[in-house]
Amino acid sequence: MASLITCPHCGQRPKEEFTIKGDAGLARPAPDAGADVWYDYVYLRDNPKGLHKEYWHHSSGCRRWLIVERDTVTHKVHSVSDAALAKLGGAA
Amino acid sequence: MSSHRLSTGGQIDRARSVKFTFDGKALTGHPGDTLASALLANGIQLVGRSFKYHRPRGILTAGAAEPNALVTTGTGGRTEANTRATMIELHDGLNARSQNRWPSLGFDIGAVNGLLSPFLSAGFYYKTFMWPAGFWEKVYEPLIRKAAGLGKASYEADPDSYEKCWAHCDLLVIGAGPSGLAAALTAGRAGARVLLADEGFAFGGTLLTDRDARLSAMLAELEALPNVQCLPRTTVIGWYDDNVFGAVERVQKHVAEPDPGQPVERLWRIIAKQAILASGAEERPLVFGGNDIPGVMMAGAMRSYLNRQAVAPGKRVAVFTTNNAGYRTAADLEAAGVDVAAIVDPRATNEPGWNGKAKVLTNACIVDALGGKSVSGVSIAGASGVQRFEADAVAMSGGWSPVIHLACHRGAKPVWSDTHAAFLAPERQEGLSLAGAAAGLWSTEACLSDGSRKAAEALQLLGFAKVEPAFAEADAAQPAATPFWFAKGSKGKAFVDYQNDVNLKDLGLAVREGYGDVELAKRYTTNGMATDQGKLSNINAIGILAEARGVSPADVGTTTFRPFYTPVSFGALTGASRGKHFQPVRKSPLHDWAKKNGATFVETGLWYRAAWFPRAGETTWRESVDREVLNIRKNAGICDVSTLGKIEIFGRDAATFLDRVYCNGFAKLPVGKARYGIMLREDGMIYDDGTTSRFSDDHFFMTTTTALAAGVLTHLEFCAQTLWPELEVHFASSTDQWAQMAVAGPKSRAILSEIVDEDISDAAFPFMSARTVSLFGGKLEGRLFRISFSGELAYELGVPAGYGESVADAIMQTGEKHGICAYGAEALGVMRIEKGHVTHAEINGTVTPGDLGFGRMVSTTKPDFIGKVMLAREGMQASDRPRLVGVKPLDPKASFRTGSHILSDGAAATLENDQGYVTSSCYSPNLGHTIGLALIKNGPERIGEKVMIWNGLRNEFTDGVICSPVFIDPENEKLHA
Amino acid sequence: MRYSALSVFLNGLRGNKGWAPAWRQPQPKPHYDVIIVGGGGHGLSTAYYLAKTFGITNVAVLEKGYLGSGNIGRNTTIIRSNYLLSGNNPFYELSMKLWEGLEQDFNFNAMVSQRGVLNLFHSDAQRDAYTRRGNAMRLHGVDAELLDRQAVREKLPFLDFDNARFPIMGGLLQPRGGTVRHDAVAWGYARGADSRGVDIITHCEVTGIRRENGRVVGVETTKGFIGCGKLALAAAGNSTVVADMAGLRLPIESHVLQAFVSEGLKPFIDCVVTFGAGHFYVSQSDKGGLVFGGDIDGYNSYAQRGNLATVEHVAEAGVAMIPSLTRVRYLRTWGGIMDMSMDGSPIIDRTPIDNLYLNACWCYGGFKATPASGYCYAHLIARNEPHETARQMRLDRFARGYQMDEKGVGAQPNLH
Repeated sequence: MASLITCPHCGQRPKEEFTIKGDAGLARPAPDAGADVWYDYVYLRDNPKGLHKEYWHHSSGCRRWLIVERDTVTHKVHSVSDAALAKLGGAA
Repeated sequence: MSSHRLSTGGQIDRARSVKFTFDGKALTGHPGDTLASALLANGIQLVGRSFKYHRPRGILTAGAAEPNALVTTGTGGRTEANTRATMIELHDGLNARSQNRWPSLGFDIGAVNGLLSPFLSAGFYYKTFMWPAGFWEKVYEPLIRKAAGLGKASYEADPDSYEKCWAHCDLLVIGAGPSGLAAALTAGRAGARVLLADEGFAFGGTLLTDRDARLSAMLAELEALPNVQCLPRTTVIGWYDDNVFGAVERVQKHVAEPDPGQPVERLWRIIAKQAILASGAEERPLVFGGNDIPGVMMAGAMRSYLNRQAVAPGKRVAVFTTNNAGYRTAADLEAAGVDVAAIVDPRATNEPGWNGKAKVLTNACIVDALGGKSVSGVSIAGASGVQRFEADAVAMSGGWSPVIHLACHRGAKPVWSDTHAAFLAPERQEGLSLAGAAAGLWSTEACLSDGSRKAAEALQLLGFAKVEPAFAEADAAQPAATPFWFAKGSKGKAFVDYQNDVNLKDLGLAVREGYGDVELAKRYTTNGMATDQGKLSNINAIGILAEARGVSPADVGTTTFRPFYTPVSFGALTGASRGKHFQPVRKSPLHDWAKKNGATFVETGLWYRAAWFPRAGETTWRESVDREVLNIRKNAGICDVSTLGKIEIFGRDAATFLDRVYCNGFAKLPVGKARYGIMLREDGMIYDDGTTSRFSDDHFFMTTTTALAAGVLTHLEFCAQTLWPELEVHFASSTDQWAQMAVAGPKSRAILSEIVDEDISDAAFPFMSARTVSLFGGKLEGRLFRISFSGELAYELGVPAGYGESVADAIMQTGEKHGICAYGAEALGVMRIEKGHVTHAEINGTVTPGDLGFGRMVSTTKPDFIGKVMLAREGMQASDRPRLVGVKPLDPKASFRTGSHILSDGAAATLENDQGYVTSSCYSPNLGHTIGLALIKNGPERIGEKVMIWNGLRNEFTDGVICSPVFIDPENEKLHA
Repeated sequence: MRYSALSVFLNGLRGNKGWAPAWRQPQPKPHYDVIIVGGGGHGLSTAYYLAKTFGITNVAVLEKGYLGSGNIGRNTTIIRSNYLLSGNNPFYELSMKLWEGLEQDFNFNAMVSQRGVLNLFHSDAQRDAYTRRGNAMRLHGVDAELLDRQAVREKLPFLDFDNARFPIMGGLLQPRGGTVRHDAVAWGYARGADSRGVDIITHCEVTGIRRENGRVVGVETTKGFIGCGKLALAAAGNSTVVADMAGLRLPIESHVLQAFVSEGLKPFIDCVVTFGAGHFYVSQSDKGGLVFGGDIDGYNSYAQRGNLATVEHVAEAGVAMIPSLTRVRYLRTWGGIMDMSMDGSPIIDRTPIDNLYLNACWCYGGFKATPASGYCYAHLIARNEPHETARQMRLDRFARGYQMDEKGVGAQPNLH
């Protein structure tokens, strides 16, 4: 984990200001994608040993959902971006 | 009584005396003393007893690694067990007691264990105490527990305070010995923000012991630098991700009576751009028979007491050393007029340059120290056989181990160095470099130079242009060290881990039995698990295991260095979050209104909510609640519902968004209307419920349950930002901005009509209306909702928080003639159960809409909403899922409780026969008996069935009958009145 | 060699020179009937029961570190069977019954100490939830007692009853719950399995799973290829890493849970107590250290170390429960890696690959399950059908909609 996260909006902030949800590599399927695809989305996880993209919410700050790319072995944070901006293709 | 204070010398203030007690005996010392040095100065060398054999123990070290001299200090709520006498700064009023002895330190019955030691070898307890089977807990374990443990903790609350703080710096320097001071000076002169922390009360490290003349000038310069903050008495305890360090400052552990305006300890979280670990090196004990007898001491510690506190360990000292440290100690002893019986060196040649009086015996070692509660002599094995020397103290030095704990807190593995005969940590890691003895440099000049260089390097990484090292480059060449793991041929017990009484034979046994892996040996013998965490013992244990296994220490490896470097109090880690301040308190804007109306409050999460409003003469809560309920159903009542979560939702796509997060439809909700909504999780279970109202096309107002106010907002933001960022929708929590009150009961309209300016007749403001209204003839705007949790004709009125109390007062005043009463969460609970409305007692995270009778609310036409697909799974639709019904006692006089389980009538009480459970229950004053809501398998199909309401936990077994969950007004006539 | 008071005495007289190794250190054979991946508590107990109860002894346990280096060696040693759901409760009660006879069974003193486990409650809602749970326990014949505030006060007068932010209302007590010396469990099972012919091969990391025609035929390891008839995974914490080698994706996130021990103290607290208004639980070891812990740190991690903020939260909750703890000191902090599952409950099941078996998802509750987990897993491996107490612990329960969610927080592992 990280003791500090550099929020793209607020700067370097302590970890306790954030709430972690989990895997940000998951894409919500279409409603008719089928049961297997949905099971996969809701329940299965890559859970990698190494780089992992995950959703962190700056819940005690700007309240933006961020994508934090982090190493699950060294806990080093490699990048932080704004989830919505990243998805919309804008500058994070 | 051989240790004593010298008549001159030392860095103590002889002009002042400090009074303290040890085991009740009044003693004196001087400022500059530690408890350990003061005890030695008073001739007290026996200060504790060991863990297992209750061996008499003295003072071994002069620092944080002390395994023996643990005492209990303070009294009452200030009692502190297991405090190292070597780290306690002597102060007036210090009350110290020895531990783990009975009846006294001098005569300890537990010492009999020493005689039984052949049968108490490592791990003996794993092999016995198994018969008879019941005896472990009844006989053996209580005896072991009583004998085990060290000091006794107090049950009294601590009168002192603690605090936490954050700090930011360019360079954190850990340790204020030569390397640390050089680093801090280098960085301080360059203008960097420097924090310099040292666990001791005086800066200087070995410069203090060396009486180095340069020290005072260095300290004066550091003091004068405004960009350098010095933190004495501050132990850096852990290194965490992103170069964050934890440190504990002992602010007032050295004063007789703490200033109540200051904490006794302060936890620092230090964000350091760069850090230098200059923690020095730990001297290793030598493993020989009787190496634990009081009077046997680390050579460096002995020299420290001699030079810093002018305390001599005895009158005639034997020195056992594998390196120059013993010679240095011998030289200083002789200079202070203490005889050195001999210098015993296992190496083939003695240390170059020795020109003291004492005879040097090379190729020799002390095989046994002799004596009981103090040293009387030593047996030395050398070329000419074993000879006995008289001595009353022994100095030992087995070489040095760099103190690398912090450098290994984040996964770095120590690496064995043959030339250092020690484990070293990586010299440079991201954000942290090692300097001086911590990096394996032994000479003062090399440390001064290395500290300077490492600081310059660190600052250059931070972009400081030109940094001048405070000390010039020095020759770093040093002789290779010679490891010496244990003396062969000892007669007495040769201790490796002093405190835990792990001796040489125990480690041999561990290897023989297959526990030779360093981790298994630790766990099997407990070596390294004492309060010093193996600071002294681990390296010797590794060497001994290596010899026994016939491999190099490199192959044995180390156990893992973990935080904390030294033990840390709960108090420091807790800071100010104690007692009432454990968690913040949330109070509704109507809190004071409720209070002046006599409310009894209850904790609900962080909130305090009014539970009921007792009136004169009411002696039980039930009386108050029954009265409130009956009055509301007959007249009217007012209740604070401000704690419910409130979220403003704006945006062009707000309706589309709500349609996707609720399982029922919201897109077509008309402006001016409220609707009950159910929000699912993606797994199809109900997450939360509440009403959402539409104030305009692009403005909705959502309410959530109190418990999930924050969770729902976070969920909405997640959906909006990560799932559908293309939707234009925005949220703002307004929970704290609105005072919201429910006004319920048949007379609620009459009361509110006098306050609300608009027409609120049923025709003008029907059930589920929601509009902004004008109040008090236009003086105020509020939001009025015709919604009902109680099942009565009811409204919720929201006004800006600051007006809440006045508006509630006005409603009470206006309602007086209509018989209004204030009511609390309990009455609200009773009425919602009577009406069959659910709360989180039912929405417990494992129920579907169908389980609660909301199956038909779930949209079949919306293409998508959160939870839609997973709700369709077989198990989520299974017909035998527990579903919501009511239960009531067969006999109205009988009662039952929430949490009771439901069994079919006549069925045996087994888990297989479990039919469900009571989720909520109360006494209904309207019906005159207990009622409940329950989740029961096939429940709705079983209305009218007789069941057993089973509460084996309380031996209450109530015949009951399954009924509709709606007990009052099933036709909703009251709601629509 | 059988351990007894007599053997300790006789060996003591002979200078303890006569003790034999507790287990062999064998080299791997080319092929085993069953290979178990993971030499922690669950792997070793599985091997033990395979050999002892089901007569399958041509078994190897492969461990990448030292014996017992996983979570069996880094937990807070608590045993209890105070579960709510029908899929969990009988299983954990089976485990409790096995604990109760374990030491005599495997001739190793693991110091099973039924000191009681008390869960405090601080609100009506918590009391009701514990009532429901306690009644579920009682229905299965498990001991449970509901204590009121006064009874808790008599038992533990030093808890904060007077100045607490969340006053204690009572507690649910399981008297048979308690603690066990964790390392000794690994050693006892290892010794028992070894003496029945099981090869325990340490410092042997599985690096690949070899399949032929869909079936698993063996594993690649740092000590070479080893063939097997059946492959049983018991590598909680690293389940994903191992299952990946067979192309199996799991409903797991790996999280770090920290635990703590204080300096040794004379007897301070008698039973295991959990705080209900914050994340804190505590017991005292026979050696005198308070053993305590709190919540998981909350982020995916394979590093066995945690964060200072979590340590502080645990301390705050601890002092909220026992105010006098302020002067007690944390001695050591450590972290273990948990398989956090999607419903907080475990899996003991076959996998879609014929002869590959899975024992995983123990969250932070694997230690207490060690005996039953091994027993039920051995049953599944030997008989190819689930033991009756583990029949709901299926891998496909998520796809089918039969989650076992004790906490009711859904498919988000860090909330369980």
